[in-house]
Amino acid sequence: MAEPLIALRGVTKTFGEGDAAFQALRGVDLEVTQGDFVAVMGASGSGKSTTMNILGCLDTPSSGSFIFKGGHVEQLDVDQRAMLRRRYLGFVFQGFNLLARTSALENVELPLLYRGEAPQNRHKIAMTALDRVGLVPWADHTPAQLSGGQQQRVAIARAIVTEPDILLADEPTGNLDSERSVEIMELLTQFNTDLGITILMVTHEAEMAAYARTIIRFKDGVVEAVERR
Amino acid sequence: MLQTTFVLAFREIRRHILRSFLTLLGIVIGVFSVITMVTLGNGATEAIRTSIASLGSDVLQIRPGQNAGPGGGNGEVPPPFDPADVEAIREQISGVTAVTGLAQTQGSAIRNAQNWSTTISGTTNGYFIAQKWALSKGRQFSPGEEQAGKSVCVIGQTIVDNLFKGIDPVGQNFRIKGISCSVVGVLEARGQGNFGNDQDDTVIMPIKAVQRQMTGNQDIRAIMVGLNPEYDAATIRKSITGLLRERRGLGSDKADDFNVLDAKQISDTVSGTVNILTMLVGGVAGVSLLVGGIGIMNIMLVSVTERTREIGIRLAIGALSHEVLLQFLVEAIVLSCLGGITGMVLALMACVIAAPLMGLPFLFDVQINALSFLFSAQIGVVFGYFPARRAARLNPIEALRYD
Repeated sequence: MAEPLIALRGVTKTFGEGDAAFQALRGVDLEVTQGDFVAVMGASGSGKSTTMNILGCLDTPSSGSFIFKGGHVEQLDVDQRAMLRRRYLGFVFQGFNLLARTSALENVELPLLYRGEAPQNRHKIAMTALDRVGLVPWADHTPAQLSGGQQQRVAIARAIVTEPDILLADEPTGNLDSERSVEIMELLTQFNTDLGITILMVTHEAEMAAYARTIIRFKDGVVEAVERR
Repeated sequence: MLQTTFVLAFREIRRHILRSFLTLLGIVIGVFSVITMVTLGNGATEAIRTSIASLGSDVLQIRPGQNAGPGGGNGEVPPPFDPADVEAIREQISGVTAVTGLAQTQGSAIRNAQNWSTTISGTTNGYFIAQKWALSKGRQFSPGEEQAGKSVCVIGQTIVDNLFKGIDPVGQNFRIKGISCSVVGVLEARGQGNFGNDQDDTVIMPIKAVQRQMTGNQDIRAIMVGLNPEYDAATIRKSITGLLRERRGLGSDKADDFNVLDAKQISDTVSGTVNILTMLVGGVAGVSLLVGGIGIMNIMLVSVTERTREIGIRLAIGALSHEVLLQFLVEAIVLSCLGGITGMVLALMACVIAAPLMGLPFLFDVQINALSFLFSAQIGVVFGYFPARRAARLNPIEALRYD
């Protein structure tokens, strides 16, 4: 088997101190290979969100190591982790999290702006990303003028516009009806196969998890099972 | 990177146009009031200075009397000067261009049915030199007229307007304080003096005529001394004081019983007072600028809270915390600078309109404009930093979860 893209080794995470301390992760070990489509499942409080935050370089483990592309992420400082997010990661959230009163195009351009892309390139690349999610005619619309499904597609365009290695999706279909959910899942599958983007997706729904090739189940702060299909 | 930050900041300001406008308003009002107050104040100072200078800045006026004040003024009326004092100054003090005594009285000027109460000054041609007051018509007194104390006069424009409406007064006769007097000249109009007095309401006659026919004595109420500007005014003043003390028999233990008034000195005192008032009002306006700055901080803080989720998104997609800090800081600075510029433009417009209405000259003060602008930019930095730091320190996970 190839070197894993991501590996967690004995990762624990404790929130609070003393008597109020709560151990959210109790030694998580997992590996994700390049190009995989992973669904992360588990009940609330099972530690899947905490794990996703650590994998998204938004949070750090209390102990254990997080190896990404062979480097130890747990040893990096806040800005270095931000640079990892900027270069290699894309995020899609349950609540879309687009900037209000900002056109779809400007939302998609945002990560390019932080990367320091020149204005003319920025526009071209962002339009390509919007084209990939089929929203070119809506480029000038603000989130308030778009449907939920369209907003999530803008969010996906924003996540893949930098051609990240990994796309982290936190219940991307949680706020959508089943028809829109299927559209989103098909988009994710397409980016996984066509662009080779590794996808890590948290979901509660078995139908959505069915799009994934690997399902990782969490329970009580540890990985309960890994199913490969 | 900085360019990116500016792009983001401008987008954000445009996106929240009402909020930006309200934030701006405080600074606009602050800068506006500081600049308006100081500019108009400077205009007032300048107006006072020029009108006092028009009195003749190279003139000393000497009058009998004591400086009022603690320990001063024992109730005695000091004696007036006599013609010999005038002669003594003229002969013994160097650096004077003209010395003239002044005998003054009040009286009615009557011509036909017109009756006008005015001030009559008895003096010599030296008065016109010392006051730098030219004639618009006619001539000064002839040596013969001065010598003999002839009943002739030079009149101010106000007398012309009241007694000689529509006719050339030169050569005309009228009655002044009971005697007949013929007009030989008309003074140039000077308008209002510094203390609201009408300088043109005056009749000037040879001093001997006034002393002999009106006051009935040799008293001189004031001596005017024109100064050669090449000489030091303070030195001349000192020697005049010494000379007069000697002539008036004042021992070294006695205070002066006369005043030497220097128009320049009056001018400096009055404009100094107005300057202090300007600074005071400017200071009060400065406080409103400060309040405007606090307004910016207030709105920026609210905006950080309101935009918590947005900050979370930015951090998640790879913004560094110092980039978020910079964005908020630049927003605050851009807002306060815009406010500063708007305030400046409005203030200049207001001053251009108000200054002529208030009868003041419009003086553009580069210093106060630059100062107000820099101060408003500074306000952006100072009051923007705290909210910006708060935004930059947000935890992205919590910020994303924030509703």
